[in-house]
Amino acid sequence: MRCFTNSPGVQNAETNMKQFAIFVKKEFAHVLRDRKTLLILFGMPVMQILIFGFALTNEVKNSAIVVVDYAQDEASQRLISRIEASRYFEVNKAAIDHHQIEESFKQGNVKLALIFPQNFEADLMHQNKAQVQIITDATDPNTANTLTNYMTAIIQDYQADINQNASIAYRIIPETKMLYNPQLKSVHGFVPGVMALVLMLVCVMMTAVSIVREKEMGTMEILLVSPFKPLLVILSKAVPYLILSLINVASILCLSVFVLDLPVNGSLILLFAESTLFIITCLTIGIFISVRTGSQQVAMLISLMGMMLPTILFSGFMFPIENMPKVLQLITNIVPAKWYYIIVKSIMIKGLGFSAIWKETVILLGMTLFLLIISLKTFKIRLA
Amino acid sequence: MQDVVIKTDKLTKRFGDFVATNAITFGVYKGEIFGFLGANGAGKTTAMRMLCGLSKPSSGDATIAGFNVYRETEEIKKNIGYMSQKFSLYEDLTVLENIRFFGGIYGLTDQQIKTKSEELIERLGLESEAKKLVGSLPLGWKQKLSFSVAVLHEPRIVFLDEPTGGVDPVTRRQFWDLIYAAAERGVTVFVTTHYMDEAEYCNRISIMVDGKIEALDSPTQLKRNFNASSMDEVFYQLARGAKRGD
Amino acid sequence: MHAVKLDSLTKVYGKEKTVAVDRVSLTVEQGEIFGLIGPDGAGKTSIFRMLTTLLLPDGGHASVDGFDIVKDYAFIRSTVGYMPGKFSLYPDLTVEENLGFFATVFGTTIRENYHLIKDIYVQIEKFKDRRAGKLSGGMKQKLALCCALIHKPTVLFLDEPTTGVDPVSRKEFWEMLKRLKAQGITIMVSTPYMDEATLCDRIALIDQGKILSIETPQNITNSYPDKLYAVKAENMYALLKTLSAYDRAADSYAFGEYAHVSFREAINENLLKDYLREKGLTGVELKEIDATIEDCFINLLRK
Repeated sequence: MRCFTNSPGVQNAETNMKQFAIFVKKEFAHVLRDRKTLLILFGMPVMQILIFGFALTNEVKNSAIVVVDYAQDEASQRLISRIEASRYFEVNKAAIDHHQIEESFKQGNVKLALIFPQNFEADLMHQNKAQVQIITDATDPNTANTLTNYMTAIIQDYQADINQNASIAYRIIPETKMLYNPQLKSVHGFVPGVMALVLMLVCVMMTAVSIVREKEMGTMEILLVSPFKPLLVILSKAVPYLILSLINVASILCLSVFVLDLPVNGSLILLFAESTLFIITCLTIGIFISVRTGSQQVAMLISLMGMMLPTILFSGFMFPIENMPKVLQLITNIVPAKWYYIIVKSIMIKGLGFSAIWKETVILLGMTLFLLIISLKTFKIRLA
Repeated sequence: MQDVVIKTDKLTKRFGDFVATNAITFGVYKGEIFGFLGANGAGKTTAMRMLCGLSKPSSGDATIAGFNVYRETEEIKKNIGYMSQKFSLYEDLTVLENIRFFGGIYGLTDQQIKTKSEELIERLGLESEAKKLVGSLPLGWKQKLSFSVAVLHEPRIVFLDEPTGGVDPVTRRQFWDLIYAAAERGVTVFVTTHYMDEAEYCNRISIMVDGKIEALDSPTQLKRNFNASSMDEVFYQLARGAKRGD
Repeated sequence: MHAVKLDSLTKVYGKEKTVAVDRVSLTVEQGEIFGLIGPDGAGKTSIFRMLTTLLLPDGGHASVDGFDIVKDYAFIRSTVGYMPGKFSLYPDLTVEENLGFFATVFGTTIRENYHLIKDIYVQIEKFKDRRAGKLSGGMKQKLALCCALIHKPTVLFLDEPTTGVDPVSRKEFWEMLKRLKAQGITIMVSTPYMDEATLCDRIALIDQGKILSIETPQNITNSYPDKLYAVKAENMYALLKTLSAYDRAADSYAFGEYAHVSFREAINENLLKDYLREKGLTGVELKEIDATIEDCFINLLRK
């Protein structure tokens, strides 16, 4: 009686592949037939990108600025009138001194202050170089950065004009100072941030919920009692979400390039490779949660509270890590999204190659392996 | 002339093209135990929801305890009790806490709740379990307690949706003792069940097939009419031809 | 070899050490329909889960098809069929997709074993493109049975397949089981409905994790120790109250349209009739009857 044509372990590879394929197909059916899941899966990233994109990249026009002119000479006057002529700035020449600048920032109607030192023209003429100071309110770092860029452009324009007929080059050196958020931590950083967030949500929550749903429905019992290897059940759950997540990465990148004009400066292949690594990290977390929970609601709650919040708070996407208390800074190190965020930012915005992000990649890889071993260890081939 | 407490006239519920309950007309008397039978998907649950004022009929009319199902649903809810196999009590509250909670919901005074809960616990012999969590009680006790709580506010009608599913035969009979006792006090009992022997305990039963009431009489009369030896046979003869399920 | 063999199988849950299955021993022969009959919480599901290798026992041994449920779990998983109590299939897959999925997962195809499920599948075939979630209770149950059968199991475990199903569908379901038995499949089935017990070859009555009796349904009813009478009167509730006050009776309870009264030995029927009339009951009828499984179960529970 102990000889079976279908004895376990001896199951041929072809059968295994067929089983695997139909399982993956089934998972796709679950996702594609449920409008709510589809909406979360593909609607959410689009929404997030658009909301963040348009909320943060307002075009700057007629911004109120303050000019504190200690020089009151011809050179400073000419530069000021040039600034007044631009459509970007509305100059307020109220005679305030620089101590009052912060006060007017706090009132919120002024975003930038330009300060001329007493000997502006004299310095320029005699030492061939002079300084101006630009101070911005960087609570809204995006706007602050844009304003500074415009201001610097106007100053350079002016400098080019006066140098046209001169034998020696005069230089005006703008010294910029950001108040409140000196590193401009989230400038253009929202696309990498949204990517981390979306992948975290899709992979962790969807995987955990879809495995736990099978437990709740009782189908898990059938699957466990079948000759299909329990590990394959889990693997075939992960594959569809890996594919769907990569589609999500692609659609986010398309949106950011074509709708928001934020180009990918580095290697696209590297970006996708790193994204795949992060997706696997998230899938592993999702599997780990599903092993430990018995109901869809609990799985959802743990995914949201335990994964989404740390991602938002500690990845450096919303709140600059440097400004956090030391303890929290240490905690951020165990949040996988932080490393992914750094990686994506380096590739997308700074255009850096693998040599610049290998450390982060190794850390993320280590985390994934660690989580993978834990979830495989805790995964049960029985119900309890 | 007996008091009619449930009266329906061509009561109908449609979901799109689908007629879940098709023009059912019947009456239930005060103090009667009325069995409401039907195959899965015959429309029992839909009909029961309309009678409880939870769902608005598409057409037809019904009065429950003298109140109209379209306009006076709040009044209906005050005058009925409801229990089902699924809706039990709060498992994480104790027996006493559950009684107090549901008593409070139905607006009983503290004094009423106190005397009623003592009475109830004594009747069910739950003295030593009164402070235990409901979740720790065996299923049969839960169901008995659940029924007692459903009639705590002395409703005129109590609706029971498959109250004895999965309960052992001894407890099932104890449960029916409670039903009989309630009927004796004048409470009308409207009950659905899949146990055909329980159908025999009812004064009258109706059998629904595909949204319509196909038979309504006392068990004895039904068996005579269908020339059958048991209710099981009567049910089989009627429901065999059913076209739809739930 | 026995199809299923349990030897002092025990399962204990939680910190309170609740004993769900208490040293249960029984054997199921090949090609037999064996029924586990008992109320909710009797331990039926725990037994099924141990036999299908989903739970580890806390004591005792068991084997299915000669394979140990702990050591040889992989063998058991490729040979048995199982329909859990809560089983609801995938509601968002169609009938055909569900069947195809389970066939492939069990390493076979629908075509290969179609003859096994043909009788059942033809009844739902016209809905093959409908999503399983939109099927009626009876149809879902048929589809679930097809899915459990598609890999030609040697032993089929059915955990309360008829709970919450109306009497017509239940009857059809048992007819299907008989046909499967004819094809040589061993079936172990649990049910809370006592009337279904007579449809099994042998049954185990079980309550609170303990076996009360294992026998053929016929032998169980034959071994009923008391004399049993069916009594009828106009007012059922009054009859029941009067009977329970009658101290010569061993037991009395409602049973369908009758009340059943048991006595330790044969009685003079007229004495009982007179007693009932004396208590003001009208339309009294009385006859001696054979016990049903339910009578036996009640008798065992009251002990």
